[in-house]
Amino acid sequence: MSATVAAVEEIDLAGVGLRELNSRLHELATTGEPRHWRVRNPGGEHAIAAGLDADIEIDIDGHVGYYCAGMNKRATVRIHGMCGVGVAENMMSGTVIVDGNASAAAGATGRGGLLVVRGDAAGRCGISMKGIDIVVGGSVGHMSAFMAQRGRLVVCGDAGDGLGDSLYEARLYVRGEVAGLGADCVEKEMRPEHEAELGELLARAGIGPLDGFRRFGSARALYNFHRDNAAAY
Amino acid sequence: MCGIVGLFSKSPDTGAKLGHHLGAMLTQMAERGPDSAGVAIYRDAVAPGQTKLCLHSDDPHQHWGALCDELRDALGCEGEPEVRVSHALIVVDSDAETAERWLRDTHPELRAMSAGESIEIYKEKGDPAEFVVRFGLDELAGSHALGHTRMATESRVTTEHSHPFSPGLDLCLVHNGSLSNHNELRRELRREGIRFGTDNDTEVAAGYLTWRLAAGATIEEALDGCLSALDGFYTFAVGTRDGFAVLRDPFACKPAVLAETDEWVAMASEFRAIAALPGAADATVWEPAPAEIYSWRRERALVA
Repeated sequence: MSATVAAVEEIDLAGVGLRELNSRLHELATTGEPRHWRVRNPGGEHAIAAGLDADIEIDIDGHVGYYCAGMNKRATVRIHGMCGVGVAENMMSGTVIVDGNASAAAGATGRGGLLVVRGDAAGRCGISMKGIDIVVGGSVGHMSAFMAQRGRLVVCGDAGDGLGDSLYEARLYVRGEVAGLGADCVEKEMRPEHEAELGELLARAGIGPLDGFRRFGSARALYNFHRDNAAAY
Repeated sequence: MCGIVGLFSKSPDTGAKLGHHLGAMLTQMAERGPDSAGVAIYRDAVAPGQTKLCLHSDDPHQHWGALCDELRDALGCEGEPEVRVSHALIVVDSDAETAERWLRDTHPELRAMSAGESIEIYKEKGDPAEFVVRFGLDELAGSHALGHTRMATESRVTTEHSHPFSPGLDLCLVHNGSLSNHNELRRELRREGIRFGTDNDTEVAAGYLTWRLAAGATIEEALDGCLSALDGFYTFAVGTRDGFAVLRDPFACKPAVLAETDEWVAMASEFRAIAALPGAADATVWEPAPAEIYSWRRERALVA
């Protein structure tokens, strides 16, 4: 027994089934081993690698369904394909990387960690984000960062209509066109500290360096209800 | 919740196994709509002057051969009926309007699920996975097809309330979502001469498309009109004689995914339905944008 190279645990999801895979991954919260996993034939199944709490790496070879890597803690999940609704939804920490496009609500309600979508993300990307960082190599769809509270959303392409509607303290960076800003979302000055955090996020995402971003944030006019603003809600 | 699927063949291989592929997609969407299932498949275009009718009977002992004999005397009728469970395919030597009028007058107990040159609609309440087997989808070849699994939210669970709906020739619609202004719109469309068989909301959207197409609109123009005429939530997949189209409402809260390879174009409520297709792993996969019309059409020369 002289092998010292960590083996990659390979799982064929078409043979093993989702519950078996996720049960084994959940056991890693206590065992922590093996640390490298590869999932083949994901077949668009929902909730693949959801609820992880371990310092592990998973490569998924193919397209996945809804809520992939949802609630992730600590793990690095690489999806070599596209993903359905709610990838990395409510992520706490760790890293989730999507090579292809993401469907709606990518990174929704996420509290920490980094989500990278190399392609486009559809509508409601980062909706209600609460501390997650999201870097999208392409464009995001309508109503992205709706009610976003904390964290950073970086969009290297265009943003759809209603960006940052009813935004709190999340910071949004967009390089391309913005179809329209949502209620209480305004463009803000790019100061050196913003350039610095943007550069750091792009570097962590393995994108760029790129320049020409604009920053958007909350005008903070709708934090507390005021009768004069009733029409804006 | 409902499940919708669509498959448009770009190669002879895909066309030859169209029913098989559609059945696999529909089965994957069974959980999204366990109440009923239905498909529209476009295949075997009839000759000019003929009409292909897909008829449905509630009577399990329906004598389709006798009906064909009656039709032969009245309008002219080619061959024997092709019976699938509660449905029968009959080719008549008349235009669709004449044939459907004859049917309403002579056999009001029967329902024309579809009429046209190449469309065939089969639908029935009950488990979608069983539907695929019972109706023998596996053996059907064709150019393009749509399917629906229904979880009823808006009107009753019956065969006639199931999708696809086809108030117009060679046209059909499957829908995931709900419409809120369908009663008013149904009244308006009835005044324009569009016939409705149920109180279902989707049938009204299909009727709207029929009305616009009859007035000379393209399918793209008719779908564009839906954005202002319809109030509600929808992901639509529409089949026409030559192609199919997809539209989501401006909020896009009902799911949809599109995928394309050199062999086929597919749409579904969830990717797992598309994963059932050969080459899906290497397909270009994306989510259709809200209020944007996606359409694919086949040149007429390729249909035959």
